[in-house]
Amino acid sequence: MSSVVDPVIINLTVFVLAVVVGYHVVWNVTPALHTPLMAVTNAISGIIIVGAMLAAGPEQLDAGTIMGLVAVMLAAVNVFGGFLVTQRMLSMFKKKTK
Amino acid sequence: MSANFVALAYLVAAVLFILALKGLSSPISARNGNMFGMIGMAIAVLTTLTITQNLVYIVLAIIVGGSIGAVVARRIQMTAMPELVAAMHSLVGLAAVLVAMSAFYNPVAYGIAPLHASNLIELFIGTFVGAITFTGSIIAFGKLSGKLGSKPLHFTGQHWFNLFLGAVMIAFGIMFIVTESWTPFLIMIALALALGVLLIMPIGGADMPVVVSMLNSYSGWAAAGIGFTLNNNMLIIAGSLVGSSGAILSYIMCKAMNRSFFNVILGGFGGDDAAGPAGAVEQRPVRSGSADDAAFLMGNAGSVIIVPGYGLAVARAQHAINEMSNLLIENGVNVRYAIHPVAGRMPGHMNVLLAEAEVPYDQVLEMDEINNEFADTDVVLVIGANDVVNPAAKTDPQCPIYGMPIIDAHKARTILVVKRSMAVGYAGLDNDLFYLDKTMMVFGDAKKVVEDIIKALQN
Repeated sequence: MSSVVDPVIINLTVFVLAVVVGYHVVWNVTPALHTPLMAVTNAISGIIIVGAMLAAGPEQLDAGTIMGLVAVMLAAVNVFGGFLVTQRMLSMFKKKTK
Repeated sequence: MSANFVALAYLVAAVLFILALKGLSSPISARNGNMFGMIGMAIAVLTTLTITQNLVYIVLAIIVGGSIGAVVARRIQMTAMPELVAAMHSLVGLAAVLVAMSAFYNPVAYGIAPLHASNLIELFIGTFVGAITFTGSIIAFGKLSGKLGSKPLHFTGQHWFNLFLGAVMIAFGIMFIVTESWTPFLIMIALALALGVLLIMPIGGADMPVVVSMLNSYSGWAAAGIGFTLNNNMLIIAGSLVGSSGAILSYIMCKAMNRSFFNVILGGFGGDDAAGPAGAVEQRPVRSGSADDAAFLMGNAGSVIIVPGYGLAVARAQHAINEMSNLLIENGVNVRYAIHPVAGRMPGHMNVLLAEAEVPYDQVLEMDEINNEFADTDVVLVIGANDVVNPAAKTDPQCPIYGMPIIDAHKARTILVVKRSMAVGYAGLDNDLFYLDKTMMVFGDAKKVVEDIIKALQN
């Protein structure tokens, strides 16, 4: 047995822990806010922008970096659109003003 | 900047994302939560900028995409939220496919060259989930926005055909992993794109809450899959959070319709089998009344519960209903709203529509919170809802929606139903609630009826 842990196992560890955390956190979300939840998870799934930026990163412009740049643009729509629309929705939820 | 520093910054961002979701446990903490999410994303993006070149192009791409997103977020109508969410899922799906292709084109850029078999397997999974998300969400968007018919599209042998296509796609995926060449990779992507279309086309309009939640989940898993390929924990964590969130929402929606996930995905109602019970409907007498009668009943009631359905949003009557309930509250009536989990076209949609109409959220209760109060309620106003108040779901084991949790409107002392006609709801069923002695039907467009009630209340 080698003494170095394969990165796949490390990734799997992180993945499983994140799913467990996600499971518990999301069950606590109040049903009234399920639409904002979807909008904010939309923004968070825009995290693919990090992968896209790495793809666009190498200095020479070729098919790989151009695909990366297009992906950066698409993901940016999600990041900005998702967070802003969530903010707009949440600002509507008010208590009685009396 | 050192890889260690980047990884630590990603950790901070991941914690902030978790706090963003945690904030949504109540409307009070939700706004701070969203702020945490934004800060987390800013940290992730700025940190990544320090380890990439082509800064000008990247920043330019962010500005272009970000401006589009910002404008859409500002202008979108709240009734159109489901379409917007579906459209955004498709963007994540496409972005995931592009990143995967780019990673295969130039693995050195990610420090994952030479590609191992495990990288290729992860690449395959991330890519096909992304591709299905991309086209599936476009179809969902088309159905939700009315650009495509919302009717389910069936053809014979559909499920076997999809299964066959899926098997062929996996075969090409395996060929890609073995040969590491572009041809099977691209064929696999094309098949996954086709599958996305074929899987969503057969699903009808009112099942969209499940579909949108499911695609939400897929968009997360696609990002997580790409994270595995790139050994990037940020993508894995954020992707899994989104993936599990969407999965839970799908589960909640299925449970609210008392249907299994597979039943929804493989197309249930609205197909050939819906014709059965509808033919047997006999003409039964109903009691109908005017908006004035409704105003009189509610104005003299001690407590009123309003049960809104998607028909309310279609008639754009949210603002009118808030004005009406404010008038009733001024007269000393206890007014509350009861929301069924699948009211609207996506989870929680009705809550947002009422919030937009300035209905205070403490008047809006979930089905489980309010169901045992109907027996002590004077008047229930059912407006734009049908199947979710059908008592047959509790009493008639033969009924297709038997077992579906419903709002107990039938237990109230008087029931008012605002409806355009006696037409059946989505499930194609007659509703016994309409024929009770204590039920009064008010026929007409929801907005018009509510406005007439307001006029009558003011006099």
